[in-house]
Amino acid sequence: MSGKVRITIDGKAIETAAGEKILWAALDNGIYIPHLCSIRENHSPFASCRLCFVEIEGYPGPVTACTEGAAEGMAVRTRSERVDRLVRTGFEMIMSNHRTECGVCPKNRSCALQKIAKERGLRLKPGRLEKLDRNLPVDDTAESIIYDPNKCVLCGRCVWTCKKTGSGTLGFAKRGFDRMVTTFLEAPLGESGCSGCSACAEACPVGALALKR
Amino acid sequence: MNANKTAAMVLDEIRAEALRSWEQMRQKTLIAVGAATCGRAVGALEVAGVFREEIERLKVDAAVIEVGCMGHCYAEPMAFIFKPGFPGICYGYLNEGLAARLVRDFLVDGDPCVEFALAADGVNDFIPTFQDFPRGLVEQKMVMEHCGLIDPENIEHYLAVGGYGALAAALAMDPGEVAKLVKASGLRGRGGAGFPTGSKWDLCRAAGEKTRYVICNADEGDPGAFMDRTILESNPHLVVEGLAIAAYAVGAGKGYFYIRAEYPLAVERIRKALDQAGKYGILGKSVLGTGFGLEIEVFQGSGAFVCGEETALIASMEGKPGLPRHRPPFPSEAGLFGKPTVINNVKTLSYVPYILRNGADRFKETGTPGSPGTAIFALAGKLVNTGLTEVPMGTTLRQIIYDVGSGIAGNSNFKAVQIGGPSGGCLPGETLDTPIDFDSLTRAGAMMGSGGIVVLDENDCMVEMARFFLDFTQKESCGKCTFCRLGTRHMLGILERITRGEGRPEDMDLLLELAGDIRAGSLCSLGKTAPNPVLSTLKYFRDEYEAHIFEKRCPALMCKDLIAYYILPHKCERSCDACVGSCPVEAIYSNEDRIKVINQEKCVKCNSCLVACPPQYRAVVKVSPPDLAAGKEKENDERKSQDNH
Ligand SMILES: Cc1cc2nc3c(=O)[nH]c(=O)nc-3n(C[C@H](O)[C@H](O)[C@H](O)COP(=O)(O)O)c2cc1C
Ligand code: SF4
Ligand code: SF4
Ligand code: FES
Ligand code: FES
Repeated sequence: MSGKVRITIDGKAIETAAGEKILWAALDNGIYIPHLCSIRENHSPFASCRLCFVEIEGYPGPVTACTEGAAEGMAVRTRSERVDRLVRTGFEMIMSNHRTECGVCPKNRSCALQKIAKERGLRLKPGRLEKLDRNLPVDDTAESIIYDPNKCVLCGRCVWTCKKTGSGTLGFAKRGFDRMVTTFLEAPLGESGCSGCSACAEACPVGALALKR
Repeated sequence: MNANKTAAMVLDEIRAEALRSWEQMRQKTLIAVGAATCGRAVGALEVAGVFREEIERLKVDAAVIEVGCMGHCYAEPMAFIFKPGFPGICYGYLNEGLAARLVRDFLVDGDPCVEFALAADGVNDFIPTFQDFPRGLVEQKMVMEHCGLIDPENIEHYLAVGGYGALAAALAMDPGEVAKLVKASGLRGRGGAGFPTGSKWDLCRAAGEKTRYVICNADEGDPGAFMDRTILESNPHLVVEGLAIAAYAVGAGKGYFYIRAEYPLAVERIRKALDQAGKYGILGKSVLGTGFGLEIEVFQGSGAFVCGEETALIASMEGKPGLPRHRPPFPSEAGLFGKPTVINNVKTLSYVPYILRNGADRFKETGTPGSPGTAIFALAGKLVNTGLTEVPMGTTLRQIIYDVGSGIAGNSNFKAVQIGGPSGGCLPGETLDTPIDFDSLTRAGAMMGSGGIVVLDENDCMVEMARFFLDFTQKESCGKCTFCRLGTRHMLGILERITRGEGRPEDMDLLLELAGDIRAGSLCSLGKTAPNPVLSTLKYFRDEYEAHIFEKRCPALMCKDLIAYYILPHKCERSCDACVGSCPVEAIYSNEDRIKVINQEKCVKCNSCLVACPPQYRAVVKVSPPDLAAGKEKENDERKSQDNH
């Protein structure tokens, strides 16, 4: 990545490093784009939450801001009818699969889902879609953290962070709708070799992995 | 090896030997038994065994070889008998008795038993040739030319029919020229998306990194697709040659076959082919003496459908979970171990030798301007003749169904054709005359996909069809991204409730909305194309959705929750008890006139009685909506009580 480029986001002129992902360029400049799965230090983005859609002039359709590098003269719009529709549906899908109990949730008020709902005027309740609760057991066997897989949005931030700390306790298991974050052989966290650093709880944007209170 | 020899000269030397043994083999009688997986499934190996035993017993001077599949899978087991003085004669629907008889009557007594002959390979007075079949006029073989006619485990056969000549020709050219030739041919990838192959190779050539790889994608996970398997099993050297040419064109020293583990015979045959090619100096440190080095290995895939997607395939070869990743970068820029990598489908690579041998213009003479060459389809469903076929791009569905497939089986009527597997769509009768190629299919709302064609008749429910494919993609979704993991799940849920008769008026609009968003929002093409079966059935067969939702009626009488079984009183023979005994839950009783009646409360809709009722009566019928049956029974009772009065 060499040099700076000038781009516009929602008409605002911005200078950023060439190749910087649009998501970070926007957030650095106080422009909000919904996002759950991206981690700035990770240079091969998961691009799995599918909420960070933006329009870029000359592109046939919305693209994910966390994968799109800034190039000179790029004109980005964070809102459009198509973007809003995708974000609304994607968010509704996530909420249809998220056990929403904000009142008792450790992340209440610092939760990324609440933030997205507020910023984009979306409801936490999935309107058109049936609720798909997975009914998985909550794991409170670790000393400092508690894991509720029913709240997990499968963003993968904890898995990446856990690997980064050198522990590598967390990983993904299963496929399709059953995909979940778990430990090797699905052992309870308390018996899994977890170092107790709680970096994952910090990384989790929702209330799935949280510090015990 | 002499450094002054060209690849062509080296090949000529190898081939001279191969031709000698080929001629020798053809001087005596030869029985070639079709023994690909399709033939083996119906007893080809047993038939081959009987041929061998009888030849031995009757002391006939003949050889038996096992060959691949010619595409006439409906007539398997099949064998071609080449007896000097006769045209080559192909016999179909063989069994062990027939095999013994052919040895006795034909090989010993000289009577070719024309009544069992399917076709001959040359014009003669008794037996038609395959070209005389209606399908002979439609079919054209570029890739499958030698499938079923040569021994796939014997490199000499491939050499004798001109094999590896295209590789020698390529090696005499500049690698860039080879890529240019393929680009000029207009060849498009047969793995589904139809990406121009020459451009893909150029992208890889332009990449800075000098370590490069080529991969043959033989994951073939579409339900019902078996074209790639057939080619690998029937003519493995053709694909090896195509991959070697690709490697030379992009400067790759290492190639892989990624073959799904469920294809053991294909794995075995490719391994043998690689081994033999190595021994003949066609692969290895100096390919045909040119100094260009190429090693090719087999990698066995784990079998997940999504692992056929190129980025997931690469991840699984690197030992990582087989999940797709965001593109760009494309594999041609950064693929296996981060190095530029060309991934091509089995069929794509199989056209490459043809193009090298015959030139780009000759290739383009076949097919449509936008999709030159042929297409290979697997025909299944309600057809008289199922199997594989190779036809020029631009052939109409009508020709494929009626000329190649010999039309709809049974006494039923055509309804739709499902084309392209789970990422494809269902097309109605109006589209039968559209010339099919990559672009026309996409425009019509289906996809070439891997080339599976399933013909549906009036007994197939289109909502159930959509549900079936969504069930597949939903299960095969890797689960990484939101739209695919949850979107397909919700679509499946809605389709399930419609087929259960619990559909809501707003469901069709909701399906359309979700389909559009899943298509636009998914990470990889599995998700992006998953809505196609729903979108195409909603577009062409909306009336069936409406019948399910508003009338709780399944017009095809297929959705179990929306039908009931009913015995027509005027057709019931009374003294026959066939249905009564067939019912596993004793739901059928005789009324006072000895007419059989079904107790709807007890009936579990297993279809046994309908099958049991003798064909001369056909008294058991399905009705939809289900309360029709109860209504009719009430009517009967009322009529009866009136009669009694
Ligand atoms: C879910 C999914 C499954 C796929 N499966 C296959 C497959 O089994 N075989 C194949 O050749 N291509 C498959 N593809 C396409 C590959 O990603 C890739 O485009 C293809 O191998 C490129 O070869 P081609 O240019 O010769 O078509 C699949 C794509 C997706 C999205
Ligand atoms: S537990 Fe939290 S951080 Fe980990 S994947 Fe789930 S939502 Fe993301
Ligand atoms: S459909 Fe099956 S359960 Fe119902 S009456 Fe016929 S045989 Fe019995
Ligand atoms: S932040 Fe871009 S896809 Fe999740
Ligand atoms: S889960 Fe694989 S494409 Fe979305």
